[in-house]
Amino acid sequence: MLTRRLFLSDWGGITVLVLLLAMTVAVPYANLVLPPESPWHLSTYWVALIGKFLTFALLALAIDLIWGYAGILSLGHGAFFGLGGYAMGMYLTRQIGDRGVYGNPELPDFMVFLSYESLPWFWWGFDMFWFAMAMVVLVPGLLALVFGWLAFRSRVSGVYFAIITQALVFALMLAFFRNEMGFGGNNGLTDFKDILGFSVQAGETRVGLFVASAVVLILAYVASRYIVTSRYGRVLIALRDAESRTRFAGYRVEHYKLWLFVFSAVLAGVAGALYVPQVGIINPGEFSPLRSIEAVLWVAVGGRGSLFGAIIGAFAVNGAKTWFTTAYPEAWLFALGALFVLVTLFLPRGLVGIFRRKPKGGGA
Amino acid sequence: MSVLRNTREAMRRDRVFRFLEPSPDFALPVDTSHGAILYVEDVSVRFDGFLALNRLNLSVDEGELRCIIGPNGAGKTTMMDVITGKTRPDEGKVFFGRNLDLLRLDEYEIARGGIGRKFQKPTVFEALTVFENLELSMASDKRVWSTLFFRLMPEQRDRIHEVLDLIGLLEHQGRVAGSLSHGQKQWLEIGMLLMQNPRVLLVDEPVAGMTGEETERTAELLVSLAGSHTVIVVEHDMAFVRSIARRVTVLHQGSVLAEGSMSQIQSDPRVIEVYLGDEA
Repeated sequence: MLTRRLFLSDWGGITVLVLLLAMTVAVPYANLVLPPESPWHLSTYWVALIGKFLTFALLALAIDLIWGYAGILSLGHGAFFGLGGYAMGMYLTRQIGDRGVYGNPELPDFMVFLSYESLPWFWWGFDMFWFAMAMVVLVPGLLALVFGWLAFRSRVSGVYFAIITQALVFALMLAFFRNEMGFGGNNGLTDFKDILGFSVQAGETRVGLFVASAVVLILAYVASRYIVTSRYGRVLIALRDAESRTRFAGYRVEHYKLWLFVFSAVLAGVAGALYVPQVGIINPGEFSPLRSIEAVLWVAVGGRGSLFGAIIGAFAVNGAKTWFTTAYPEAWLFALGALFVLVTLFLPRGLVGIFRRKPKGGGA
Repeated sequence: MSVLRNTREAMRRDRVFRFLEPSPDFALPVDTSHGAILYVEDVSVRFDGFLALNRLNLSVDEGELRCIIGPNGAGKTTMMDVITGKTRPDEGKVFFGRNLDLLRLDEYEIARGGIGRKFQKPTVFEALTVFENLELSMASDKRVWSTLFFRLMPEQRDRIHEVLDLIGLLEHQGRVAGSLSHGQKQWLEIGMLLMQNPRVLLVDEPVAGMTGEETERTAELLVSLAGSHTVIVVEHDMAFVRSIARRVTVLHQGSVLAEGSMSQIQSDPRVIEVYLGDEA
């Protein structure tokens, strides 16, 4: 019954899920089991790269959930992604222990360099994995709750909402660039050694992180699919298309937007937390407004309002970016611009619009 | 000096602060012991100096079918906005029954409490099917968690089919609402109102863009709803108003110009001057 509801007529979603499941099995196999001389062997570089794309896909999914279904355009989802990433980065930094350059078991290197006496209070507890994981969920979730409550209660929407989310992410970037904030300033947090006792450099750990990213993405997709196929999801589509009609039908629109926004922020935070150990660094650059806008572009390219389109878009744009930046580094920005113009002109419903006739999400 | 004056005004000894009053509770029965279900008293609304409503007074009895007419800009839509909580008036009182102060409630509370509204331009959820439109409007627990885990009960499905039948869209229930004709959308929106189980229906221009036959059927439907519901219709189509009206209120420049039966209205010289004059 539930399975039927979740996957009925969602052929694109089923295809993407099957591909993801296949990847979850095939990538570790190709990396760990096949010998390096086999033509099907996948190097650790590729595992980490695809793993990174999976976290981007999760971020895109989070954006599509609010933009595609509730019409809330957030140009600041990098804020939640970055905060989740920082929470993970703080855990990883604490795991370095006395293996830092200064060999101080109590303080991370940058704190020794800035002559901190003791660990600031907001670093307490980050040596424990469960605590850091709780913060990955709670910090983005609480920020989204407060920010969303203020914005939606005042009925800020559309382009005004997009602008204040840009302001939010920009403010975070400026704050995290400051050394006095105690998050490593513009260098951010890096030189990670272990996660849960496993070396982050080891190929096996990379595969483990890859599998974790894939599994989380699959679970997040199914959960999002549950939301959009429930009555809650229909209320979202209703308020996206006719907000005041929805109010007069007796729905408290602010609450519907708020809880979806919080859920989306949590997904973005988890994506950031999975991203950081795979790339080995987190710095305030993640809060750059441009990064957040780029993530919205992934969704637009993939196709808004279908959930799986966001995953396809994240892979397509980032895949193209990886190829371009190695083959023709100067041409990448032009290619991105061209891609966006072409999609807007010829594929207004994104890449998935080629296959889908009648979208329930998406639309105007 | 103005600070002092404002402070004095705020601290007047006979004043009762709003937040100290108990908030209106829709769980209480609506007190209609004096016959009226909706009171609008001395309501004024100003938009940038323009007086959209000017000390408007209106009282509608329970079960009544009331038509409200008036030229463009007379304040008909603003009046609906005030009653449904969309616009807060600068002055005046609006009560549902004798005991519920509508000015202290939000749109969603007023809608849940039993005042349904149909917009001037038919507004349905275009991306959803006809069935889903009615299901969403259905009176039920509309809080976030319960909608997330909602399951449609058989009796709720029956109720939706009943309304589908009533509005003549039974065979179109699986269609996307955006693909309906203009008249069908009007009907669907009326159906959505009915699903809310309202006590009062505010209907803004229900027959705009309808064919003659559709208009006739709409008139029948609205007349049949009166009695068990209170129906307030704002309409431009005079023939339609004549066919359904028992009591008519004429608005002009934000206040009531005349009120009475259709024949009284039609013979009122002031009404003829400002409104009927254009058509006759």
